[in-house]
Amino acid sequence: MTISEKIVSDLVENDVSFVTTVPCKQLAGVIDAVDAEQSIYHIPSNKEDEGMGLCAGAYMGGKRPAIIMQNTAIGVTINTLVTLTQYYRMPLPMIISYRGELREPVACQAEMAVHTKALLNQLNIPTYHFHEESDVEEFDAILKYTFMCNKPVAILTDASFWGGYGE
Amino acid sequence: MIRSDILKDILPILRDQLVICNIGLPSQELHMMDDQPTNFYMLGTMGLSSSIGLGVALAQDKTVISIDGDGSVLTNFGTLPTIANNVANNFILLIIDNGSYGSTGDQPTYAGKKTSLTAVAKACGCQNVVECKAEDTAKVLQAAIDSKQMTIIVAKCESGNIKVPVITKDPVVIRDRFMNAVRA
Repeated sequence: MTISEKIVSDLVENDVSFVTTVPCKQLAGVIDAVDAEQSIYHIPSNKEDEGMGLCAGAYMGGKRPAIIMQNTAIGVTINTLVTLTQYYRMPLPMIISYRGELREPVACQAEMAVHTKALLNQLNIPTYHFHEESDVEEFDAILKYTFMCNKPVAILTDASFWGGYGE
Repeated sequence: MIRSDILKDILPILRDQLVICNIGLPSQELHMMDDQPTNFYMLGTMGLSSSIGLGVALAQDKTVISIDGDGSVLTNFGTLPTIANNVANNFILLIIDNGSYGSTGDQPTYAGKKTSLTAVAKACGCQNVVECKAEDTAKVLQAAIDSKQMTIIVAKCESGNIKVPVITKDPVVIRDRFMNAVRA
């Protein structure tokens, strides 16, 4: 089972059936796997705050949602996380590509990487960092934790976790 | 007619439906005129009424009406292609277009100038887009519900506001009773 297949299998196992995505090269495999999974409604969004609105609605409509996005999205979504997801106490697993970490080829990505954990910490968002491939074993427990406590939860997945950029 | 006149006209229609209401004065007006557990009031996050409404509609079968404004749709323009490409026939987006940012002091929006939200929605691929005069909103809204087709309504009205109290309900209470109404 690939990492992407394991992530989607854990989503399905935890009744997550509504997933919004914003594209990322590093997450292309998991986005494809989400799209291929029949039990998940995959709805690409044009911006991450829009995606969080869709997820809030799906949750209130009775489905368990998740969002897949880049860490740059933290800069876009702080207001939505605080005044929608957190204020109304809604669960939201956020599977995030942690761009700008070790093995990153694009210099600009490092600029948001240095702020990512500080921002999540400031927002009191529980944050998990997947660095080794075996870290994916915790994903199932993280999903259960997210829907237990009704909070947005960040899972940062870096290049080493995904096996680099094919360098 | 101004926005609150439209809301007053459509209250009997909204009462039986799930409603996601836009941040600021629209939510405060609806809350003051006819608070219902089927109303989800946005207390923050400008622009996401249509996204939240589409999410609710895609997750279950009951009709969902998102009440939005021209300024809020401009804030979240990416919503229109998403709506067009994810058809939920139990979803109605009612854009009350008064050409201004009402909650912040009636500053003009581009929708009140050269930009037509009706034309934009159509260009984004939305199939049932109806522009109407303020006084026809109730009729058009009822027809959209009866059609069981996803519909975007752009109701043109004048800018202006009435005095309304802020909403002091706890957000978790608003969310919880709305979710109970969805399940009922």
